[in-house]
Amino acid sequence: MLPGFNLTLGYTLFYLSVIVLIPLSAVFIKTTELGLAEFWAVVTAPRVVATYKLTFGASLLAAAINALFGLMLAWSLVRYSFPGKKLVDALIDLPFALPTAVAGIALTALYAKNGWLGQWIEGEFGIKVAFGPLGVLVALIFIGLPFVVRTVQPILEDLDTELEEAAASLGARRWQTFRYVTLPILLPALLTGFALAFARAVGEYGSVIFIAGNIPMVSEITPLIIITKLEQYDYAGATAIAVVMLVLSFILLLTINGLQAWTNKVTGRDR
Amino acid sequence: MSIQVKNIHKGFGEFVALGDVSLDFPTGELVALLGPSGCGKTTLLRIIAGLEFADSGRVLIDGEDASDTHVRERHVGFVFQHYALFRHMNVFDNVAFGLRMKPRAERPSEKVIRTKVHDLLKLVQLDWLADRFPSQLSGGQRQRIALARALAVEPRVLLLDEPFGALDAKVRKELRRWLRRLHDELHITSIFVTHDQEEALEVADRVVLMDHGKVEQIGTPEEVYRHPATPFVYGFLGAVNPFHGKIDGSTVRVGDDVLPHEVNSFKQGDDVVAFARPHELDIVIDPASTAGVSARIARVLSFGVTARVELDGLNGVSGQHFEVEMTRTRVEELGLQEGQPVRLLPSQLRVFAR
Amino acid sequence: MAAVTSLHAAVDHAARFETRSATREPTWIKWTIVGVSLTFFTLFLLMPLIAVFVEAFRKGWDTYLAALIEPDALSAIKLTLIAAAIAVPLNLSFGLAAAWAITKFEFPGKQVLITLIDLPFSVSPVVAGLIYVLVFGAQGWFGSSLADNDIKIIFAVPGIVLATVFVTFPFVARELIPLMQAQGKEEEEAAVVLGANGWQTFWHVTLPNIKWGLLYGVILCNARAMGEFGAVSVVSGHIRGLTNTMPLHVEILYNEYQFAAAFAVASLLALLALVTLCIKTWIEHQAAKTKEES
Repeated sequence: MLPGFNLTLGYTLFYLSVIVLIPLSAVFIKTTELGLAEFWAVVTAPRVVATYKLTFGASLLAAAINALFGLMLAWSLVRYSFPGKKLVDALIDLPFALPTAVAGIALTALYAKNGWLGQWIEGEFGIKVAFGPLGVLVALIFIGLPFVVRTVQPILEDLDTELEEAAASLGARRWQTFRYVTLPILLPALLTGFALAFARAVGEYGSVIFIAGNIPMVSEITPLIIITKLEQYDYAGATAIAVVMLVLSFILLLTINGLQAWTNKVTGRDR
Repeated sequence: MSIQVKNIHKGFGEFVALGDVSLDFPTGELVALLGPSGCGKTTLLRIIAGLEFADSGRVLIDGEDASDTHVRERHVGFVFQHYALFRHMNVFDNVAFGLRMKPRAERPSEKVIRTKVHDLLKLVQLDWLADRFPSQLSGGQRQRIALARALAVEPRVLLLDEPFGALDAKVRKELRRWLRRLHDELHITSIFVTHDQEEALEVADRVVLMDHGKVEQIGTPEEVYRHPATPFVYGFLGAVNPFHGKIDGSTVRVGDDVLPHEVNSFKQGDDVVAFARPHELDIVIDPASTAGVSARIARVLSFGVTARVELDGLNGVSGQHFEVEMTRTRVEELGLQEGQPVRLLPSQLRVFAR
Repeated sequence: MAAVTSLHAAVDHAARFETRSATREPTWIKWTIVGVSLTFFTLFLLMPLIAVFVEAFRKGWDTYLAALIEPDALSAIKLTLIAAAIAVPLNLSFGLAAAWAITKFEFPGKQVLITLIDLPFSVSPVVAGLIYVLVFGAQGWFGSSLADNDIKIIFAVPGIVLATVFVTFPFVARELIPLMQAQGKEEEEAAVVLGANGWQTFWHVTLPNIKWGLLYGVILCNARAMGEFGAVSVVSGHIRGLTNTMPLHVEILYNEYQFAAAFAVASLLALLALVTLCIKTWIEHQAAKTKEES
């Protein structure tokens, strides 16, 4: 029997309780100060509901866009050789390493009316990106991209070439092999990446607030509402909205755990 | 359908996997490609399948040049060493895969597919597993499903890459016999790759021995075993005792000793290597005898019907080890003792130039 | 949930797929996919990174340097370093303890514990900041007793450290748990049988096996600790020269329309990100080498 069980588990539980569990429980305890009716009124106020719509809508769309392009990026990085591949592979993790505030101001500088990309997009197509809902989408795409690439990439790398060879020897066309053999194997990982990108996007604050413009009812995200209420010393209101977000986080966390178990089952990593 | 390969050359960088290989695989035969790992046998099989392309040379299937045809157009059945079953599909869907991938015009109806898949599953005796997933099957069952899947598209030829390589010894023996019976039933031209000589000799109609990207010998199991064409084949097909020496009259001189050698197609003084299998060596205990090479008995292992005697060479062959197989009765007759000096006399000797 | 950041050996697989006729796509498909991917990559990742540096140097070297050596900037840099210097070792020791308990022993509720360790990753940074306000803030649980003893946590350095610890909480643990799980405990048991004590076993047997994963977790933890914005923003109070970290300082400068200065400080953080990615890539190559050797 190895030593250290009581010490390490005791320390783990103590640290977890002090840093995470007890402070998190404060949210739920604080929110009971509001009656149910009051709670409901706060979390369903029109301005708050508008933030849910934007936060969830933009997060879903960003995760979907990342799922598509992230899959293509992972596919390129694993299966093709092209110049600069190592650099691209290393930079994929940039959103993990770059502080969100830096990402926020950089994206704003790019996509604002006078930015490199913004002046072109606004000039050519008359579409306003920064300081509107589209800006939120851009920021959420940025922070979510590595989640998809990094969940799909290892599965693609582990993919046995024999499976595709078997499909080809049975007469399957390249796209049929992709559709019926490769994609079903990648699907759980792709969904996991999608869910991770979505979960991250829903809670994101730093990169969004610079580019969003934060116009109430138009381009305001839910985390910002919490900050606004805090600044007005409306702690109960801020907490009520935090509860909504936390519950959603828990659901997403469990979903992601389930998806990861499915990935392991389909790819045989659990054995 | 027959398969011919003509002057196939394939290299990977500096390494020559196949050097100018030409072979004929007649219709309806079951042929084994036999050789040590890295001899090019799997590469040859993959080139025939169209999974890989030769640097030069041609592949003819049924007389048609298929060299530039993509694997999906070649209509060959390929069975992979690790089965390559689609783990997200059940057994039925795996077997039906090839039929469902056909262009709409050629695709059979689901009803026809169902009948056909069940027939195939019956053929491989696994009809009762149709709803299972590959992860729920044993290795032997997976291999049989992989075979059924390959047969579903009615391939012109069947190619099997180390089909029993990943199975344990007992299952491997069973499957071997089963494959032979299946082939007798279907008579589809088949090639299988193996590094196991016993497997090749037992299952195949014809054996192709390969080494270092070259064909060493082709023949029936009987022919290659009885009349090995090269020292490599001799050595690969069973245990051997080599004697290195020179031709001296009608003998091979090995160190200070001589071995009698009847058919002589060599010149006086040629460097040769003579081979005898363990059961082709006799032990002479008479100290006065001068025939054969001298050796000392190191161990006598007699627990089966046949006994094995291990010996260390003496006089000019010292440092070499020999192995003799004889009946236990013979061992007892001779009264062999460990440490006893004796002489080894071959009843058969195959001599090759060095 | 952090599984995506886990260390994976850098091995190029392209040759395996590109040399086989059944796994290769026609050239035009390959270059279409690569082209679309790289365009996307450039628009959303590469250009923002370049923009940081271009904007930072827009008004020349002098402005750039001035923005960095100005006292408020320096104190922001100092506070960021302090927060990371406390948060990273704390989470490192927690990560080691948690991974040891979880991977070397069996106990009920293990799966729940693993899920709970993941929690901070799925909580919005803003909520992370809020919870400490609720506990330690003026209106919070301990608010009045803290005020009585003249201890300030919220709108002060301790709050910033706490928020940083929270958001970087799972990094090391999540890196080590799968790694140590895969390694099993046979080697440790052998060491104990041979007479090593717990500390010796950890130092001489466990640590050499997990060093790359550990380092990986630490640098990612550090990058996040130095770059955290949302959670820190809630508890900081934005007091210039006192409770501003670098990311918060960037925000203030930006909101004051001092764009060149904001980007100058941002460029330091971007540089930190690039260094992190370099070390990360280096570790992945070391891991690939170790994998090859074994």
